[in-house]
Amino acid sequence: MTQSNRRRLLPYLLLAPGIIWLVIFFVLPMIYMGRLSLETGTLGNFQFNWQFSNFTDSLSAYQTQFLRSLYYAGVATILCFLIGYPLAYAIAFKSGRWRNALLFAVIAPFFTTYLIRTLAWKTILDDQSPMVNLLSTLGLAPDGRVLATSGAVIAGLTYNFLPFMILPIYANLERLDMRLVEAAKDLYSNSWTAFRKVTLPLSAPGIVAGTLLTFIPAIGDYVNAVFLGGTQQSMIGNVIQAQYLKVLDYPTAAALSFTLMAFILIAVLVYIKFAGSEALMEEEAR
Amino acid sequence: MEAATAARPLPPPGETRPQRSWRWLREHAINLYSVVAIAYMLIPIAVIIVFSFNDPVGKYNLVWSGFTTQYWGDPFAITELTDALKVSLELAALSTLVSTIIGTMMAIALVRHQFLGRRFANVLIVIPMATPEIVIGASLLSMFLLAGLQTGFMTLLIAHVMFCISFVVVVVRSRLIGFDRSLEEAARDLGCTALQTFRFITFPLIAPGIIGAGMLAFALSIDDFVISNFNSGTTVTFPLYVFGANQRGIPVQVNVIASMLFAVTVFAMAFTVIQQRRAEKMAAVRPIDE
Repeated sequence: MTQSNRRRLLPYLLLAPGIIWLVIFFVLPMIYMGRLSLETGTLGNFQFNWQFSNFTDSLSAYQTQFLRSLYYAGVATILCFLIGYPLAYAIAFKSGRWRNALLFAVIAPFFTTYLIRTLAWKTILDDQSPMVNLLSTLGLAPDGRVLATSGAVIAGLTYNFLPFMILPIYANLERLDMRLVEAAKDLYSNSWTAFRKVTLPLSAPGIVAGTLLTFIPAIGDYVNAVFLGGTQQSMIGNVIQAQYLKVLDYPTAAALSFTLMAFILIAVLVYIKFAGSEALMEEEAR
Repeated sequence: MEAATAARPLPPPGETRPQRSWRWLREHAINLYSVVAIAYMLIPIAVIIVFSFNDPVGKYNLVWSGFTTQYWGDPFAITELTDALKVSLELAALSTLVSTIIGTMMAIALVRHQFLGRRFANVLIVIPMATPEIVIGASLLSMFLLAGLQTGFMTLLIAHVMFCISFVVVVVRSRLIGFDRSLEEAARDLGCTALQTFRFITFPLIAPGIIGAGMLAFALSIDDFVISNFNSGTTVTFPLYVFGANQRGIPVQVNVIASMLFAVTVFAMAFTVIQQRRAEKMAAVRPIDE
């Protein structure tokens, strides 16, 4: 083999194991799931026969859970933004020598297991906890309960995905050219106007990235609904998990997973179209 | 006095006390807010650690009922829990090893070489990170079902390597991009072979990136619940044990082990940060454009 041939082949040799792994264990499973979603029959005897009604049937049977997941994930994403943006801003511009300590605090939740973090919220929101006592004294928890309410599940989702909102916004703000803000102030805009007209639009790529990183895992989540919710709070993730692992109705489960993925894809495309195709392009170009 | 005046304007004359407090509050609002927000992020961690010293009545460790160090004295008393932890550690170690090697090779190919199909490779690496875990878990299970493969440790390993690869590529790639290639050229000029250049120049310089990527892969693997939930068969990992125990009551040892894992991760983090700083000093031979 000549030197130049070897040089041309080298990248393919380096890539081969990874590409093969991803094709066999990421792309191929999607195809298998597509096939499974179009089968009919009972356990042990599934037949492939282009059963498209699996999609329509499962969607109409579980549309409540779909809409609920959309609602929970949507509210959690908005809350993450409202809580996360000021914090990201403070870390980027106001933290001084505390910056690393604050960043550490933001990622610290990742150092404990996701399930155990959620379990900690179950402890905090338990019927007999001081927090819930306080809330019911203030009349904010009508039946003296927070667990098994929509609020509890949304709170759990918000907490668990908050760092995914903060970090991209922080990364974006940190690179922001402060001279632009100074220019705005020199041109007699007050702090708030300068923020609204300069800082906020310039941080759009971070906001878009943070929103996607929060919304996508939140809408498919079922851990928070299991630990913090009740039967009235089950999300589409709970349905898919139960259909695959308990009911063993694989075609329905596969159809639901596909619908969820299509749903997310559409939501993301619509969002990007309206909220920041340019912002995302800009990020891509960096 | 001059300096102080320049740093912050003097309060307007005739300002009353409440006015002054209000101004102070307005100026420090964002800092006060940060303190509250950070407390919110840290409270659950504090709860986990505090409740590892709880002496619960009954099976549920949810209500504070007295201090004890009993469970710290015997963290591995529950066999199923300890076994699950062992499975998790073994799984995380193996998937870290495999995904770090595969991912590093991919990152090198993507940064260092121009070739046909580069775009396709990039897309294939990004998409798994944007796919919800539940869809990845469900699709893998669909394939294993249709292929008639028994789920268990092997399928868990396959799944974990799969979702770790993309993250390894991203981390190592960012390290390679900030790399000064003239160091390699110098080594070649001084008579190093390609392999020697890699061994003595390239590898030591990207090693912090590889270590960081490996740690990320380890953390992702040991923390994974959703994908494992679908593909574990009868194998039980630490998060799967916790999920199962949720119905039967969670032993205090879960909190003890979680606190230990937290401490270990914090130390590992600190260690890498120090290593990274040292490597940056090493790489600082080149002019840094700041």
